[in-house]
Amino acid sequence: MVGIGCKKNNVEMPQTPITFAAPSNFPAPVYQFTDNTVSQAGFDLGHRLFYENALSIDNSTNCGSCHQQFAAFANLDHKVSHGVNNCFGTRNAPPLFNLVWQPNFMWDGGVHHIELSALNALVNPCEMANTLDNIVKTLSNKPPYPQLFKNAFGSTEINSQRLFKALTQFTGMMVSANSTYDKYIRKEKGGEFTSDELAGYALFKQKCNTCHSEPLFTNNSFTSNGLDINPKDAGREIITLAMADFGTFRVPTLRNIAVTSPYMHNGRFGTLDNVLKHYNSGVKNHNNLDAKLKQNGVLGIPLSATEQQQIISFLKTLTDNEFIHDPKFAELPQL
Amino acid sequence: MKPITIFKSLAFATLICTILSCKKNNNNEFTGLGKVNLEFDNMVGNQELELNTGAYINANGDDFKITTFKYRICNLTFNKADGSKTLIPESYLLIDAADEKTTLQTISDVPAGDYVSMDFVIGVDSLRNFAGAQTGALDPAKGMYWSWNTGYIFVMLEGTSSKSTAMDNMLMFHVGGAKAPDNTIRKVTLPFPTGGLRVRSNAKPEIHLYVDAGCLFKGNTNINFATLSGFMGGPNAVTVANNYAMGMFSVTHIHN
Repeated sequence: MVGIGCKKNNVEMPQTPITFAAPSNFPAPVYQFTDNTVSQAGFDLGHRLFYENALSIDNSTNCGSCHQQFAAFANLDHKVSHGVNNCFGTRNAPPLFNLVWQPNFMWDGGVHHIELSALNALVNPCEMANTLDNIVKTLSNKPPYPQLFKNAFGSTEINSQRLFKALTQFTGMMVSANSTYDKYIRKEKGGEFTSDELAGYALFKQKCNTCHSEPLFTNNSFTSNGLDINPKDAGREIITLAMADFGTFRVPTLRNIAVTSPYMHNGRFGTLDNVLKHYNSGVKNHNNLDAKLKQNGVLGIPLSATEQQQIISFLKTLTDNEFIHDPKFAELPQL
Repeated sequence: MKPITIFKSLAFATLICTILSCKKNNNNEFTGLGKVNLEFDNMVGNQELELNTGAYINANGDDFKITTFKYRICNLTFNKADGSKTLIPESYLLIDAADEKTTLQTISDVPAGDYVSMDFVIGVDSLRNFAGAQTGALDPAKGMYWSWNTGYIFVMLEGTSSKSTAMDNMLMFHVGGAKAPDNTIRKVTLPFPTGGLRVRSNAKPEIHLYVDAGCLFKGNTNINFATLSGFMGGPNAVTVANNYAMGMFSVTHIHN
């Protein structure tokens, strides 16, 4: 192969080979890209697929439709996801980043592997409503996909495994670890906290950190924060069939929380003000309410108005502007 | 293979045998790899399974018809009289009563030799069930897969019964689940009839398996369709898995 003059093929050769690296203030990831080593071609294919309308049954919707970069890949202004044929789902589209540290996926944790996390959205009749067979057929007949799969996997064959692995190379590389908070922790330039942010951080460590544990700002548990006495959505119980899980949901990360409204599994609250008010005075005594939210007979987490604002100031330091503007992950035009 | 190599291997084998004092291995002089056909004869009791048209009665006396019958088996292992086991790597099979291509499966690269029984898992082993994106028989594009609660459906039987109180008298049994307390992974050992299975590099023996769909509903717990007409995993799936582990599969005969 050497000397056959394949110089011209790669117009935009990357300066450095693409590799995954865990930030210094993060633990080791759950997903280690075993059998799916990231390559530039694989990442580029995943990037292309993430924004490909042809993955939906009517060519109208792509992953980026409900996972918008400016919202840290959540869905701004949408309480629940909005799929093909104006169909509305039942839950809020979660943000996408730091996924390789997640042991399971979805609000109910029903999906336990990052490589399979895209499957629901592809086939759910209220999201992209497609079938894997149809997606494989569509991509196989849509240049330049066969060539892009060859670049990534060595042959033009397209199958669901390659589709999922390519998407994972893209979504798995979405790491958000350059917020003001991260720079504060790593003692880097730009990591200066205001007095309000500092006070908020101190309060956060006292009152929120047990569930929203640093550095990922979740302990990955499933619990109830008392939104309703009688939850309409059974949540985690759908997966485990255990009544102790009825009405419980994943503890979401708080990274980039200022840009991912609305909040909660059903998009109940539009603002962080309302979220903090809920913890102060809105918590309902649901059967499976987290014990930490009813200590000494008191529901919720008592917080003065000032304390609520200080915590919000701190939460805003978790916004990673480099991540939400990183051109590596930017929306691509349809081919 | 050059004679000298054979001699060397024999010498080595003899040495190993001496150390392990497994005298009888001398009769195991077959070399190379062979193929084995598995033919799945789908039945209900002693009636042939006919999708949509066949009329059956379960052990509880309930009438039923079957519209879908599919199952997964994996980790095929062939066993010799001396107790040694040969696991066939990547042996993941999906059999669909509606697709004749799947009811005859060829297993390649089986070491030549005489075997007395086979083991396999009904379902998909836990390791692979919780692994990432798969291909071949495990490609979720082939169905028998839960996307909302990740995992493979191990055995699927759908149909109707006049006793079912579900919509349109439906029966919908989706057995799966690889986690406690509702783990439905079951391993079975099927003895071969006298004469066993003779795998040779120049022959293609055929194992006829009798697969009794009626076994989902009898054995440990007879299923009453009026009270249980279906599920997707969960504790009832464990009940049905315990039933079918007792006798859904048997080897009727082997063409060597």
